[in-house]
Amino acid sequence: MATMTVQIAGSPDGMPLRIKLQQVERWRKLKAFTLVLPLLLFILVAFVLPIGRMMFNAIHDETLLTLMPQTSAALSVWDGKDLPDERVYAALAKDLKQAWAQKITGMIAKRINYELPGAGGQVTSSARKAITLSAGPYKAALIEISPLWGQRDVWSLLKRGHSAYTAYYLLRSVDYQYGPESQIVASPPESAFFRNVFLRTLGISISVTAATLLLGFPVAYLLATLPPKTSNLLMIMIVLPFWTSLLVRTTAWVVLLQDHGIVNDVLMALHVTSQPVELIFNRVGTMVAMTHIQLPFTLLPIYSVMKTIPTTHVRAARSLGAGPFYAFWKVYFPQTLPGVAAGCLLTFILCLGYYVTPELVGGATDQMVGHFVALYTNEDLNWGMASALGAILLTATLLLYYVFNKLVGVDRLKMG
Amino acid sequence: MRKTLMVALAVFGQAAGTLASAKLAFAGDQLTIVSWGGALQASLRKAVFEPFTKASGIKITEGEYSGEIAKVRAMVDSKTVSWDVLDASGTTAWTMCAQGLLETIDWKKLSLDRAKFGDVGKYDCGVPVQVSAVIVAYDKDKLPNGPKSISDLFDTKKFPGKRGLSKGPVPNLEWALVADGVPINDVYKVLRTPEGVDRAFRKLDTIKKDVVWWTAGAQAPQLLADGQVLMTAAYNGRITNAVKESGKHFEIMWDAAAQGWDYWVIPKGSPRLDDAYKFLAFGGSPQPQADLTRYIPYGPSNKDALALVDPAVLADLPNTPERDAIALHADNIFYIENGDDLRQRFTSWLAK
Repeated sequence: MATMTVQIAGSPDGMPLRIKLQQVERWRKLKAFTLVLPLLLFILVAFVLPIGRMMFNAIHDETLLTLMPQTSAALSVWDGKDLPDERVYAALAKDLKQAWAQKITGMIAKRINYELPGAGGQVTSSARKAITLSAGPYKAALIEISPLWGQRDVWSLLKRGHSAYTAYYLLRSVDYQYGPESQIVASPPESAFFRNVFLRTLGISISVTAATLLLGFPVAYLLATLPPKTSNLLMIMIVLPFWTSLLVRTTAWVVLLQDHGIVNDVLMALHVTSQPVELIFNRVGTMVAMTHIQLPFTLLPIYSVMKTIPTTHVRAARSLGAGPFYAFWKVYFPQTLPGVAAGCLLTFILCLGYYVTPELVGGATDQMVGHFVALYTNEDLNWGMASALGAILLTATLLLYYVFNKLVGVDRLKMG
Repeated sequence: MRKTLMVALAVFGQAAGTLASAKLAFAGDQLTIVSWGGALQASLRKAVFEPFTKASGIKITEGEYSGEIAKVRAMVDSKTVSWDVLDASGTTAWTMCAQGLLETIDWKKLSLDRAKFGDVGKYDCGVPVQVSAVIVAYDKDKLPNGPKSISDLFDTKKFPGKRGLSKGPVPNLEWALVADGVPINDVYKVLRTPEGVDRAFRKLDTIKKDVVWWTAGAQAPQLLADGQVLMTAAYNGRITNAVKESGKHFEIMWDAAAQGWDYWVIPKGSPRLDDAYKFLAFGGSPQPQADLTRYIPYGPSNKDALALVDPAVLADLPNTPERDAIALHADNIFYIENGDDLRQRFTSWLAK
């Protein structure tokens, strides 16, 4: 500011002050922008673009369009009422033969199998048999090879494949799918489990957040009120595990909680129980390990806010006649709320994305959305599904954050 | 200002330079071979990798994976294949081959007698290496009268307690059917029908709450050692090695052991195809295959190698004639056609 005033005052060339000011201002903005540019580019290239690309996969899928080009093209005029005509079947035969030669039948079969479970095998075997077909009529021949081609649902699916965009993955993520006439129907009960998984993720996250708050708040209070010598020692005990690898902490719980682990041995030695209590590979293990890992995230913001609250406030309340609890509840507690909100929000959002911990200490029914994203990415190779689940989780998180912001106000949050 | 910009540009230039040189370093004269890590990879290193480097002068860079086709698909699709040779197991190998992710092997270039490999040599995309088996293992100290047949794995009355199983449809569905009374040779015939699949899942339902699922081969002996499970599905080699190293009295039950062949395969588009072929020829030859059994009890694929195997080790191999007779032989064609469907169904079943 000082340099600016000097420059303006000493302007020799008679340029209007406003323009001069604007120039200086622009110059400063540019300078500031250049400073943040590397980080901005880094975030854009390493974060926003890949995530955006992955999210795009949730609605973009041109497997059928590119691998079965002739069938897709031929089907574009099909009205969807009866079975398509001979021309379409001829195109299908051509596509299948080509796919077999190029060894891409597997990918087509896989894509069709997503929407019509059990049909994938028939697609592969049809392709294997279709290479023997040399001349038409193809319609009867293909239906003879596999009854699949005599069903309308597979043709509706192929017709939908003519568009590079599909809502299938997003629908499937909330337990809906396309019916035989491309109408949206609920998924059959044996494959409808995603809503459950989302609810489970939400439930576990809320419970873990509540548990960390219940455990963390008193400790934070203790840390903030104890003399520095003692509180520093306590602080180290809290932060030390925080510096340990998450994997190590998780597997340590396996050692502690397993059937013949330390906890069960102690319980049995104390005759609390006669046989081992199931503490691991279930919800209990998941909750305990997650709470342990998340505790510092909730505790630290609360602590640093408590640190800034003058002790005189409570003393003043007491001197004015408030009881110890009343003074705490009416004077002290409201002032910690920004820290409580910040800590809980941090823990809650981190919990939503948990993957490794439930994988190691949870059972099959304790797996959260992250597990399924990993499963579909690495093992099932269903990247559309992985993207759709990820996109829904991200959107839900942002929505929750928005609601939170409306209710509490993010600008009121304090990390310290 | 200009200075700031220059610095920023210089930093970026340097970063780009580092990336480029990292890529160049990849293209050196060496072969990247990827296997499953752990005891198996350590054994391969001693029996195959080191002798190969000695014989051919080609250096080997090792990598590890857990059989994810995703990684191979990503490399092949983006035409940046950095894995030259891959140790792929039965159904995965066949599926990758069917999906066009692997080079088709020209056996003439290998100087190996394909007939020596018998039926497993009929695979188009690689050279069979060794056979392992998923068996049921238990701790004799804790369970003196262990399971005798695969039905016992499903018998929670006779053997109350947790069982460890591999988290996936293979070989759980097959075992479920065998335990439900399907003759072992008809398993895939039954599994090809929707009713058969339902039947397998119904049988699995009966023990679902008693199962601890594992994903990595090393977890199985660990679960058993910790007493977390009464019995567990496991790779035979992991159990034999655990017995050797820790002195535990683990016992292997060979009934319906699910045999799985491993193959050396080449991802499509490997830039070092000639060297990769040299490695495949070496990996398929009798001596290194026989040597491997000294470190881990997985059976050699080359029939000539069997003669070179130490008779003491022979007892631990999964493909001795009497074990072969009661084993479950995976139908790879079945998995190419139905693997995805069963995996989808298994995922839903498990999540419920």
